[in-house]
Amino acid sequence: MSYFSEIYNGIKTLLTGMGVTGKYFLHSRKGAITQQYPDNRDTLKMFDRFRGEVVMPHDENNEHRCTGCQKCEIACPNGTIEIIWDRAIEEETGKKKKIIDKHIYHLGMCTMCGLCIEACPTDAIKWAQNFENSVYDRTQLTRVLNKPGSKVKAGVED
Amino acid sequence: MHISLNSSNIIFGWLLNFMPATAVGIIEMVLIALAYLTLFAVLGLYLVLMERKVAAWFQLRIGPNRVGFQGLLQTMADALKLVSKELTGTVKADKFLYNLAPYFVIISSLMALAVFPFTKNLQAFDINIGIFFLIAISSVGVIGILLGGWSSNNKFALIGAMRSGVQTISYELSIGLSLLTMILITGSLQLSEIIEVQKNGWLILQGHIPAIIAFMIYMIAGTAETNRAPFDMAEAESELGAGFHTEYSGMKFAYFFLAEFINMFIIAAIATTVFFGGWLSPFGITESIPWLGIFWFLAKTFVLVFLMMWFRWTFPRLRIDQLLTLEWKYLLPINLVNIVIMAVIVWLNLTIQY
Repeated sequence: MSYFSEIYNGIKTLLTGMGVTGKYFLHSRKGAITQQYPDNRDTLKMFDRFRGEVVMPHDENNEHRCTGCQKCEIACPNGTIEIIWDRAIEEETGKKKKIIDKHIYHLGMCTMCGLCIEACPTDAIKWAQNFENSVYDRTQLTRVLNKPGSKVKAGVED
Repeated sequence: MHISLNSSNIIFGWLLNFMPATAVGIIEMVLIALAYLTLFAVLGLYLVLMERKVAAWFQLRIGPNRVGFQGLLQTMADALKLVSKELTGTVKADKFLYNLAPYFVIISSLMALAVFPFTKNLQAFDINIGIFFLIAISSVGVIGILLGGWSSNNKFALIGAMRSGVQTISYELSIGLSLLTMILITGSLQLSEIIEVQKNGWLILQGHIPAIIAFMIYMIAGTAETNRAPFDMAEAESELGAGFHTEYSGMKFAYFFLAEFINMFIIAAIATTVFFGGWLSPFGITESIPWLGIFWFLAKTFVLVFLMMWFRWTFPRLRIDQLLTLEWKYLLPINLVNIVIMAVIVWLNLTIQY
């Protein structure tokens, strides 16, 4: 008897599969995931999980969240990140404090593994969604992530 | 030598006034052969385009849309590229058989195309053993595949060809038996006769339950016969490179490729003729305009071709033992029982006719 129930199950599961793909077929016009890239360059928006390059967001007061802890530099497996830092004296408390001078990021060496972003305790760096990264000279791939004159946001270090 | 080419009587009748009959016959045959070759090429190219578009829509892609309006010239461009490519081959290949193999495949499918009634009187060769001829011709194609696989002296090609042989020999049986089930109703092997019978309702309605079973078996076996997924053991890309045509390039590869798609069309056209009334319109709505038969025939055929493409982009590939289990333990016994049921139905006059 299992012979016939096997046939029945076989046909039923095959029809289920065809139903699923048939549904996709009917919705393909609206739901096509293909991006016709150079044509829709102006409107193309990358999805959230896309890893373009590492950036450091600054707020409107030109303040970032990087404390210069160098955890990202240590986490990076291929030496993409270099942090040039300095010691400064905090005005209110008079304590010595580490501040970043330059957060240097070599895009040309980056494998987009994301370990630096995971390691960052203050969420100072994150992924950008840009993807047109080609340049004519590889020195242009070395980016300084903190903007000139920027400083660390108050309260990040606490 | 006289072969009745019944589509051409009107066109060539007046030529007989100033030419001997033999010369007219030869001109007739050449012109019709050229017409069918053109049909073959155009049909093959557009079936490839349809396959690519349908595949894209199943996978939520867009598909070819750059060459020509909505990509309509894409396969033309591909064919041009293939024509311009170098014909390469292996050094130790059996050159004669290697060069012969594509022609076996393509000629067998071209011959099969000749017997279909596209509409009333538009049929190149109305042979009285039509279905038998089709079954016989469709199994000749596998010789080309076996020759191509064996002669190219490549293990992948050889394995692919052997699998194809196993598969075709097994599933040939199911195709024959499922068509035999329907022939019990029609009582004739001639394709025009089979369509004549269906004026009282398509055979899939006339034969109701056993006809539907026979149709399902026919579609499964037909998909296997054309070596398409989920039965594409012969050219399982992930296992065998390109299977039996691994060593072929350029136009010879294109012959195999086109023949595969034409075979798909032929399988669908047989199903249209035998199960869905060929060029007959549903409920006879356009019976007064006979040339619309072409439209109905092609429409039904392309729906069935679409069904086969749907199979291809839904089901995963079968293993070789599963393939043989399906044929010998399921399709064949069901088919034999089905023939007996159909015989009883025809005997007791239980067919549905309107």
